[in-house]
Amino acid sequence: MTDRFTAAPVVRPLNDPWPRRPRLVEHSVLPGFKLSLGITLVYLALIVLLPLSLLAIRPWELGFDGIVKTLTDPRVASALRLTFGISLLAALTNAPLGLLVAWTLTRYQFPGRRLMDALVDLPFALPTAVAGIALTAIYAPTGPLGALAEKVGLKTAYSPLGIFIALVFIGLPFVVRSVQPVLQDLDKDVEEAAQTLGASDLQRAAYVVIPAIGPALLSGISLAFARAVGEYGSVIFIAGNLPMKTEIAPLLIVIKLEQYDYAGASAIGCAMLAISFGALVVMNIAQIYLARRGRA
Amino acid sequence: MTAAAIPTRRRRDLNLAPLMILASAAVMAGLILMPLVVVFHDALAKGVGAYFAALKEPDALAAVRLTLLVAAISVPLNAVFGVSAAWAISKFEFRGKSVLLTLIDMPFSISPVVSGLVWVLLFGAQGLFGTWLIDHDVKIIFATPGLVLATILVTFPFVARELIPLMQQQGADEEAAALTLGASGLTTFWRVTLPNIKWALLYGVLLCNARAMGEFGAVSVVSGHIRGLTNTLPLHVEVLYNDYDSVGAFSAASVLAGLGILTLVLKSVLEWRHSGELSANRKH
Repeated sequence: MTDRFTAAPVVRPLNDPWPRRPRLVEHSVLPGFKLSLGITLVYLALIVLLPLSLLAIRPWELGFDGIVKTLTDPRVASALRLTFGISLLAALTNAPLGLLVAWTLTRYQFPGRRLMDALVDLPFALPTAVAGIALTAIYAPTGPLGALAEKVGLKTAYSPLGIFIALVFIGLPFVVRSVQPVLQDLDKDVEEAAQTLGASDLQRAAYVVIPAIGPALLSGISLAFARAVGEYGSVIFIAGNLPMKTEIAPLLIVIKLEQYDYAGASAIGCAMLAISFGALVVMNIAQIYLARRGRA
Repeated sequence: MTAAAIPTRRRRDLNLAPLMILASAAVMAGLILMPLVVVFHDALAKGVGAYFAALKEPDALAAVRLTLLVAAISVPLNAVFGVSAAWAISKFEFRGKSVLLTLIDMPFSISPVVSGLVWVLLFGAQGLFGTWLIDHDVKIIFATPGLVLATILVTFPFVARELIPLMQQQGADEEAAALTLGASGLTTFWRVTLPNIKWALLYGVLLCNARAMGEFGAVSVVSGHIRGLTNTLPLHVEVLYNDYDSVGAFSAASVLAGLGILTLVLKSVLEWRHSGELSANRKH
């Protein structure tokens, strides 16, 4: 970290308590530590930890072979493939779209900029079921864009393309909101220096802007991906839910539950969490690598 | 901002600007705004009379009441938790803090369907406490308590994650000063801490409430879809839509869309008016 006025490294004050590992609990004059931490831990245990631990335990009543059999069942395997494949595609599509919107919002002044900025969060604010039926109405063969797509021979709603559209919709704010603050803070001086030295727009983008926002962009992509994998409400209406073709993994959990197959449902839930977690670890490693290269 | 004070010449950017703005506007209008417009368009497809008739239907009114009830229970609980967690994490130093922060954020990375499923594993007919609950005639799943629990789990981190970064940044100096001057702990909280965090708290509650009222996946798993009894408004939308009652479904959806718009407006006002009192990642 450098001071932006002098470009000198910021020196930690001598009394900075951080270099030393804190005691189990540091002494403080403030009251309420036991009460507030107590409430936090009890609530966390009851609402999050206890229920989620059951998710990890329940599949084992099938035995290891049973879990493997559940997950390799063609219908389940195809739903998992579809969910993760389209989620990845949608998150990657969100990268250029989100970057475009974030760039426009931070770099240009134009009428309606604040409105556009506020609208970015609409997919967060609009309940997923509402987004789901609205997107279906738009992309169904009778809808405005669905009819248009039909003319060029594209089936949008009730096909994997429909799922893709819903996931792009739901993921866009993650990329915009991750990249926007970094673009805002990106030293204009550095970019201007590059320009003064004769760098073209493209060179500036490639050598100055992209390395600086790389980690934030990747974090936005992984957030969008994680959300897309679990997404239910905005997808099930537009998906058509044909087994082996357009059936997503969360829907399969619901179907298993309706058949009172709790263990099978938990196994799919666990598999989804495990694959998401693995993907996030990979993205995190990439992010650390990019951050190091950006700094060097 | 020093950069703004320096007059800059960006001729190439100026040429690019209209293109970029147009492209962004196209993405935003085609992808993000269009669904919102379609909701109101389809709700009013058969006129204003049909629209209001759909809203006045007893099942729709029951769904609205249930949605309000579920939010009225789950949002305050998560707000109290959020303040407690933020107080413990930001005002004190203890080991294991980063683990605690990760656990608090965890519900965000779980599929809503799984957030509903775990409560069925606990309280469903074949769940851990299923037999006991049936013997004692207590209904949790396919009843309001299940809806509340699922909603609480889904909206768990909202308030805490708004408050923690802000309160960490504010530190504990002001509270320490008040205590040294003889204020009691509770007085210090009400007169020093709360005024400092009120806008961020409101911001967190706003987002928490929007999600609580609009949640679909998690409540869908625990609801059982009993009309007039266990259908929240988003579930009511689904039932009507699957019955091919387009006007009814979009009318109910328009109420939720209105809630979404209201949330966005209030959120933007908070960001513009009180940006200094929100956590750093909320300042635009």
